[in-house]
This record gives sequence, C-alpha cells and structure tokens, in this order.
Amino acid sequence: MTTAQVSVDRPRRRIRSGGADALKFGISTLWLSVIVLLPLAAVVSRSFEDGFAAFWSSAFSPQGTAALVFTLWMSLLVTAINGVLGTLTAWVLVRDQFRGKQVLNVLIDLPFALPTIVAGITLLALYGNAIAYTKWAVLLALMFVTLPFCVRSVQPVLIELDKEMEEAAASLGASPLVTFRRIILPNLLPSIVSGCALAFARAVGEFGSIVLISGNIPFDTQVSSVFAFKQLESDNVRGAAAVSVVLLVMALVILFAMRFVERWNPGTRGE
Amino acid sequence: MAGRWTLRAVVLVYLGAILLIPVGLVMYKTFEPGIGAVWDAVTTPAAIHAFWLTVTVTAIAVPLNAAFGVLTALVLVRGKIRGRRVLEAFIDLPFAVSPVVVGLALVLLYGRTGWLGDELASTGIKIIFSTPGIVLATIFVTLPFVVREVVPVLREVGNDQEQAASTLGASGWQAFWRITVPSIRWGLAYGVVLSTARAIGEFGAVSIVSGKISGETETLTLLVEKRYTNFDLAGAYAASALLAVIALATLLAMTLVHRRKDAE
Repeated sequence: MTTAQVSVDRPRRRIRSGGADALKFGISTLWLSVIVLLPLAAVVSRSFEDGFAAFWSSAFSPQGTAALVFTLWMSLLVTAINGVLGTLTAWVLVRDQFRGKQVLNVLIDLPFALPTIVAGITLLALYGNAIAYTKWAVLLALMFVTLPFCVRSVQPVLIELDKEMEEAAASLGASPLVTFRRIILPNLLPSIVSGCALAFARAVGEFGSIVLISGNIPFDTQVSSVFAFKQLESDNVRGAAAVSVVLLVMALVILFAMRFVERWNPGTRGE
Repeated sequence: MAGRWTLRAVVLVYLGAILLIPVGLVMYKTFEPGIGAVWDAVTTPAAIHAFWLTVTVTAIAVPLNAAFGVLTALVLVRGKIRGRRVLEAFIDLPFAVSPVVVGLALVLLYGRTGWLGDELASTGIKIIFSTPGIVLATIFVTLPFVVREVVPVLREVGNDQEQAASTLGASGWQAFWRITVPSIRWGLAYGVVLSTARAIGEFGAVSIVSGKISGETETLTLLVEKRYTNFDLAGAYAASALLAVIALATLLAMTLVHRRKDAE
C-alpha cells in the first residue's frame, strides 16, 4: 500500500517498469524456490532430524567416507584427463584439417545427448568382460560423460585466438613448445579451468552411467551417488539424506568457486 | 609436421576408444539379429507406454522451463532489482546437483513421509510414484538450460530496439513478442533442444521418484535399465538404440540451430 502512495510522485514510466521488474523477479524466484530450493531444503532438514552427531556418523561412516574419497579421486583424475585431452581435442578440431573433421565435431556432443544409462550399457558392451566392476569401469564411464565439457569450453576461445601473437613469438625464435607455454596456454587457461570445473561437478554427482558398470562394491568401486541411492533403497532415508547433503555442499562449493574464477577473469563471460 | 600427426592420432584414438567404437558397437549388436527383432522389442505394450510417457513428460517440462527461462533471463540481464545476483548464483545449481539428490529431495518433500506428505494424502493427490513426480524431477534437472542460452544473447542485443518500440507507442507485451522474442529465438531454440535431450535422457532422478511401475510410471531410460538387469540384453540394446537415434536427431538439431545462431 505504502509503495503505491509513494510512487504517485514519480514519473510514470519508472513506476511501470519498476513494478513489472519486481513481478518478474518474484515469479522467477518463486519458480526456482518451488522447483529447486524447497526440495533441497527438505533433504537438509531430514539429514539433521536426529541431531548433528547422527548426521555426521551417517555421512562419514567408514563406508561413506571410502565412497566419498573414491568419488573425489576419480573426479579429480577424470578432470585432469579432460583438461589435457579435451584441450588437445579442441586444438585438433580448430587448427587441424582432415576429412571427417566436421562429423567428429558434431559427435563430440554425443555424451550430452545420449542418456547416461545408455552410455553405461554402451561401455559395458565393449569393455564389459575386461573391466566391469573395477575402478577402471568407473573411470571410463566418467570419461565418457564428461568428454564434451573441456572441448566445448576451449574451442570458441581457440577460434577467436589471434594467430599474430604466435607468429610474432615464432619469428622471434621461440620454439613451438615455448610458444604454446608462454602464449597459447595463458590465453586458454580460463576456459580450461571453467570446462574442468563443470566436468568435475558432473563427475562428482554422476549416477546413471556408473550404476550398472561399477558393481557398487563397498570400499572398492562404490561412489557416493550410488551409495546414497542404495541407502534409500534399503529404507535408510536419513542416511541417504546425509550423504546427499555432503554431495550438495560440494556442488555449491564448485559453483561458487567457478563464479570466483569468472569474476577474477571477466573475459570468459562476454560481459 | 610429425607433431601434428601425433596430436591428431592421440585425439582420434581417445575419441575412438571412449566414444565412437562403443556407440558403433552397440548399434551393431542391436541390429545384428535383424531389424524385425528390434522393431518387435520397441513395440511391446510396455515399450510403447514408456515412449509416450517420456514424450508427455518432455512436452510438459520443456515448455514450462522455456517460459520461465526467458522470464528469468530477462530479470538477470535487464532487471535492476536487488537480489538478482543471488538468483543468478543459484540458477546453475541443478547442473551441479547429483540426480540422486534431486530424486531424494522430491521424495522428502512430496513423498509419504515428506514435508507435504500428509497434506497431499488428505487431498488424494499423488506425486511420488506417479507422473507428476517424474515431471517435477525433469523440470528440476533441465531448469538452467534456457536461461544459460538466452542470457548471453540478451546481453549482446541490448535493449535499444525495445526502447524505440516503446517510444513509438508499443505496449510492453507488444515489444516483447515483436522485438525481444525474434532477437533471442535461436538462443532460445538451442536451450530448448538441450533441455529436450536432457529431459528424454534423465535417469537417476526419475528412477527414484517413479517407482518404476511397468506400463505406468516407466520411462524409456527406466525400461532400458529394467531389461538390462533382467538379462534381456537384446531388448535393452533395442530400447537403447531408440534413445540413441533420438540423441542423434538432437545432435543434428543442435548443429543446425547452432549454425543459425552463429550466423546472426
């Protein structure tokens, strides 16, 4: 009521757009809250319903800790592989010329389009006899689903990258390796980091491609998301919620770390 | 020169081993028994029901997210309101949250023992182990796509044309449909294609909230898993191949839309 009275004195246009802005903001926030935040709040609340000690012992039980440590190591490893091979792939797709390159370029996105459960079955069909139910299987599944992140993040930057700098470095006597390390890599680094962060976030939470291929062996191939799923299946809802909260906290940390990196290097956002 | 060949070989081996050979092999194994067997496996009553459920869920989730995605993008780019930074920070959350957490979250909100469990039970509305739950899970996981694709386009085009339209007497609604929508259409289209792919392929979140009732709450991805764990390999491969064909169609759409987007 008060706002309506105050705004009478203001120019008309501002009242209209201000009100519409607030309405749009309200609807967006409500949508996000109902769909995303409210359900997540329910998880946090359930995980703490028997107190903090109970939460802690569920989330960091020996089996839960082993799953978490394994998940983190696998995600780090796959992120590193992505950082190197993804950047190389982007390089070849941008700078190299060969027949079939365009088709390859399109197929890079296949892991985004292919359902994760199909990805799991696909890898089982080819490598199943050799690696099913081993740590290699988890690594391979994660490599498949995170493949496009770094490529797609580095590729546009590489296309825009000015070749003149490299030519100048080369004409001043820099070897290709020095040119890469001193000229190309610093330019690509922000996009590599943001691609890697996305890949890491995806790897930590990945479920569909891993659930069949990992065998879910405790203290061996069990990852946190499958661990939470199995606890839910055996009706240990609070335990599942506790593990989920740990996964949720990691997701938030990765997101905010990414925002920090983007702000530190505003060139990556095109603002 | 040798370096270039080495690089190319490394990349081709990497992509071949991880991506091309596995997908090719599954396609080969699927169609080895002949196209008739594949057709039979994807036209069983359960498979047809799963297909239509997937289509229905996608047809509800994607337009809703497209509408709210455009609205949110407008708020993030054009709005001057305090708090939009917070909104922006949380909008990507569904990308980083594990599908298992999504499914569990919906169960703990709408399930029998959830926050709203008693209220829903007394009104007779069923969300978990029913289609609305699958729709909610799908909306959750696909929420950021349209926002992410439309925000950079809106930043790029600016709002000079809309201001001109409003100076010439267009209402906000007219300016939106005649100026804003045409200028963001390819970004929006790309977001919609990505959301559709994810909606069709979602497995983890859906598997928790659906209850996997065959012929009722079983989507295509759940059907693939069930057939696989029941040792019906041929059936699982056939349903996978159907999903892979949809994925390839999505890729094609992505490429075409991307090209149009870049051209503008």
